[in-house]
Parts: sequence; C-alpha cells; structure tokens
Amino acid sequence: MKKNFLLYVILPICVLSLAFNGCAKKDNTDTSSNKSSTIKAGLVFDIGGRGDKSFNDAAYNGLERAKKELGIEFEVIDPGDGADRESALRKLAVKKDISIIFGVGFIFTDDITKMAKEFPDKKFACVDFSVDEKNPMPANLQALEFKEEEGSFLVGYLAALTTKTNKVGFLGGMESALIKKFETGYKQGVKFGKPDCEIYSAYVSVNPDGFKNPGKGKEICLSQFDKGADIIYHASGLSGLGLFEAAREKKKLGIGVDLDQYKEAPGFVLTSMVKMVDEAVFDAIKDLKNNTFIGGVKTLGLKDKGVDYVYDANNKSLIPDDVHKKIEDVRAKIMSGEIKVADK
Amino acid sequence: MELFNSILTVAFLTQVFRLMTPYYLGASAANFSERGGVINIAIEGFMILSAFSFAMFNILTHNIPLAIFLALIINVVFALLYSVFTVKLKINQIVTGVGFNILIAGLTKFLMMIIFHSSSNTERFEGIPDNELIGKIPLVGAILSDYIVLFALILIFLSNFILFKTTFGLRLRSVGENPEAAESLGIKVRRYKVYGILISGFLAALGGIWLASEQKSFSDGMIAGRGYIALAAMIIGKWKPVNIFFASLIFAFFEALQISIQISGVPIPSQLIQMLPYLITILVLIGLIGKTKPPAADGVPY
Repeated sequence: MKKNFLLYVILPICVLSLAFNGCAKKDNTDTSSNKSSTIKAGLVFDIGGRGDKSFNDAAYNGLERAKKELGIEFEVIDPGDGADRESALRKLAVKKDISIIFGVGFIFTDDITKMAKEFPDKKFACVDFSVDEKNPMPANLQALEFKEEEGSFLVGYLAALTTKTNKVGFLGGMESALIKKFETGYKQGVKFGKPDCEIYSAYVSVNPDGFKNPGKGKEICLSQFDKGADIIYHASGLSGLGLFEAAREKKKLGIGVDLDQYKEAPGFVLTSMVKMVDEAVFDAIKDLKNNTFIGGVKTLGLKDKGVDYVYDANNKSLIPDDVHKKIEDVRAKIMSGEIKVADK
Repeated sequence: MELFNSILTVAFLTQVFRLMTPYYLGASAANFSERGGVINIAIEGFMILSAFSFAMFNILTHNIPLAIFLALIINVVFALLYSVFTVKLKINQIVTGVGFNILIAGLTKFLMMIIFHSSSNTERFEGIPDNELIGKIPLVGAILSDYIVLFALILIFLSNFILFKTTFGLRLRSVGENPEAAESLGIKVRRYKVYGILISGFLAALGGIWLASEQKSFSDGMIAGRGYIALAAMIIGKWKPVNIFFASLIFAFFEALQISIQISGVPIPSQLIQMLPYLITILVLIGLIGKTKPPAADGVPY
C-alpha cells in the first residue's frame, strides 16, 4: 500500500511542481514572417524573471524594439529559481535559426562562457558579465558592462543637494562586487555635493536572495529613516519595493534603480538611476545585423548613454532648476574626464 | 555608544516586534501540528500560499476582510490536503512537507504569470489598516495598533491556555505523545491530528497575510525562509508557547541588531551577528542549553 501511494501521490506532486516551476517559458516567435534571412535572438532571464519592473523587463524591451525596428524574431526562457541556466542557454543555442543568445545578469558569467566555447558559430552576449582577467573570453562572446558608479555618482550628488537632514541612506541587495560599484559611486557623489553629509549603508543579505526580500528591505529603510535619513538609494532588485513602501509610510524619498521606478510610489521617488539594458541588447542585435558584432568587453558609461538619471515631468517638481543645472554640469565634467569616479 | 543609543529606542523595539510576528505565528503553527505528532515543515509553503491568495483576492475584490477570509480558507483547505497525505495515507511527513513547499512555490509563480502577467510580483494593493485608537497609546501604541501583531501577542496566552488548560489540548498532546494509550482511552487519534494540522494551516496563513499586507504586494520568494526560521524557533522554544515566543524574539532581536550595526557603521561583520541565532539553535539541538524533547510520537504516522 505504502509503496503504491508513494508512486501515485508523491511522484505526481513532484512532477507537477517541477512542471509548474519550469513552465514559465514563453514563445514569442512570430510565425507569419518566417523568412530565412531574418535574425532570431534568444534570451534567458535572470532571477526575478519577466515582469520584475526592472532589469529583466528592460532587456525584454530591447528585444521588442529590435523586433519592431530591425524585424527580428526572438524567443525567451524564464528559468525561475535554482533552475539550470546552462541548459536553458543550450536549449536556445542548439536551435538552428537562433543566431544570438543573451544571458541577463552576472549570474550567467560561467555558464555563458562555457556555452560560447561549445557553440563557436553562434554569438553570445551577457549583461553585467563579470570579467575575469585570468579567464580569457571567447571571441563570439560580448560582455555588456555598465559604469553604474557614474550614474550612481549623479544620483548621490542630487541626494546631497536635496537632503534637508544632511543624512542619506543606501540599500544594497546582495553584498557583491557589482552592488559595491553602485554604493561607492553613490558615496562619492554625496561627498562631492556635501562633504559633511552622513551616509547610512546596509545590505539585505550576503546571498542572492538579498535581491528578493522586500520585507527586510523595508525594515532596513525604516531604520535609516528613523535615524534621520530623508533620501535612500537602492540597488537591491525586488527588495527595493520595501524602500518605496517605507518612503510612503514615512513620507520620505527613495531613489530607484535600473528602470524609472517612479510608478512604485508616485511623489516619493526623487529620481532613478537608469541602466540602458534595453539599449545594450538592441545594439548587440543591430551590430549582428550589420555584421559589426565583435566579442569582448563593451562598457557603457554616461558618455555612451549606458547609464543616466531620470529627470522628466514626473519628478520635475522635486528637483529645482538650479539643482538640475548643477547636476548637468557635473555630468559634463564626468563625461569630459574632469571628474573621475572610482568603481571600488 | 551610538549603536547602543539606537537600540534603546521605541523604533527599535517596534521593529523587533514586527520582525518577531511572522516567526512566532509560523512557530506556533508548527507547534500545534507537532503537538499532535505530525511534523509540518510546510510552514514556508503555507505562508507563501496565504500571502499570494491574500494579494490576489485583495487586488481582485478590493475588499480586505473578504481577502483575509478567503486566504485563510484556502490555507485551511491545503492544510486538510496535508492531513490527508500525512494522517490518512501515512506518507512520510518530511517528504510531504518538502513536496508542498516546492508545489506551492511553483504554483503561486505559475498563477501570478497567468493572472498578473509577471513571474516576479503583483501590482500594489492596500494593506490592513492599523487600529487608530490603539495607535494613540504612547510607547506601545505603535506595536499594538497592528491587528495581526496584537493577535500574535495574545496567541502566547491563548495557545498556552488551549494546549495546557483545555480537554482539547490535553487530548492533542496525548495523541502526540502516545497515540496507542490515547486511543485506548477512546480518543479519536487521527481526528485530533487533523485538528492540529488545520490550526497549523490557519496560524501560518496569518503570518503570510501579515507579510503581504506589510509589503502591500506579493513578490516571488518574499517569505524568504521565514517559515524555516519559525521551525528553528519552535525547537529552541522546546514546543512550549511562551518559550517559543522568546525564541522568536531572539531571532527578531538579532535581525534588528544586525540592521542597526550595519547602519551605524560599527566595524563588526554583520554576518557574525546574523549567525548568532543559528548558533543558538545548534547549541540547543545538541543539548547544551537544557534538554530538548519533541513530543514522543512526533513524526510517527498512526
């Protein structure tokens, strides 16, 4: 009896649950325009997946734009938690019609390097690839890097000019080299604006789950607001939702990241440090189409419009004209190299 | 010194109680199930399920009491399902628990994709409002004005009363200690085990609802292992409601302390502080801090 139940009850549960976890895959191929000359791109999402209103959505927007403007086709896989990223990449790489495969997030670094070596006639591109000098990259792999420190410097400078309490905060997701780039850039910007301004800084976790724990993110931000900070910048993925809840509750300001996060808490978002992941994805496909795709590291900073801060009709009322002018001056100085922003 | 000052504040205490609430609700949930002799490691899954269903119904109906009610019902139904597997079919309780956790994590993500077209989070909704009258009380008002936090505090006495002062509690405990003896006295052993699991589902649901209500949205992975920490708190608390409360409080205190230490910039590695509650768990488990004894028939199908 017992064995039978194991077989008939537990096994289906396991199979079903695996099926649920894995079935987020979505095929966006447009079959009507099935010309052999069209480029087809594949993309595998990071933790968080499609609909994260951040990083992954930005990458997806890049694909959509390429579809509209360059007439390409694409296919995406949302691997979900703990899923095998390598097999997701392989699944796309073995398809004959797919010529370029994207991995979104630094977590793909090892897997995509391996895949690029295994499929030398396909092109690969990885957003936030963490470059290792000891490990040379294959020629068909492009690392899309951003100078997050430059964008963070600008929002830090803005925070310093806006704060009334002379105290600002930073919320990081996972304690890692990538997020430290945001933190150091931000700190330099704050100090540049107001050398005596106090900066509180805290991380959600030392594990990748630090990017998806909004409950703890909120508690950290509440503590920082309680200590007197009136502006907090976050680089913590979904955990940042906690920042916006805390900002609403305490009527303070938050600074978004990756995409314009104004909608998360209208009126309580000072600005967002945007990372043009969509632009990078679009450009890689464009290069491929024009046969100008080259492997190696491609770093996008303020100069290349790879990072920026948001200033539009939504947050104009929070940023006075003279402050805006000062930030634009600093931007010009960073672009000309007069101000150097360290990334460590 | 600055760190010390930041700990001795109402804000810090309020934070400790907020962090404690999901741990204590989860730990009490697990306790009711284990007192009846059924291990329930699916607390994490139950919390995910209730957080999701509360969010879903809240967004669809814009009626908070109704959303709470439906989320509780759904969780109790799943708890019933859990009891069918573990009590009626006598399937290994750990295997069932793990199965439930994986199933629910996938199921909620799947439903979120269908209903909200996002595999990571839902739109924003209104949370459970605080009681304004209680909120006016100085010092403790900030803590007690939250209905679920208030309930968690009442639960300390309530669960102690139910388990140790009522016939129901006596029978539930006897079922968990020695089911054969209990049955010889005419107690319907399996029925009591099911009751324990249903209470477990109900209490875990409150924890999940509270987390979703605080965040005002549901996002994938938002429970972030709190259901497992709750199990650790139950073990440190030695299956006694009051002790479990203090164990949950210890976990919450160290978590809040770790946040304060990071913010104050004191050069103590935050990982070290984060490690402390787990270290205590291990010390309790290997018997260095008093003897721990789970209910004698815990985990044994009957």
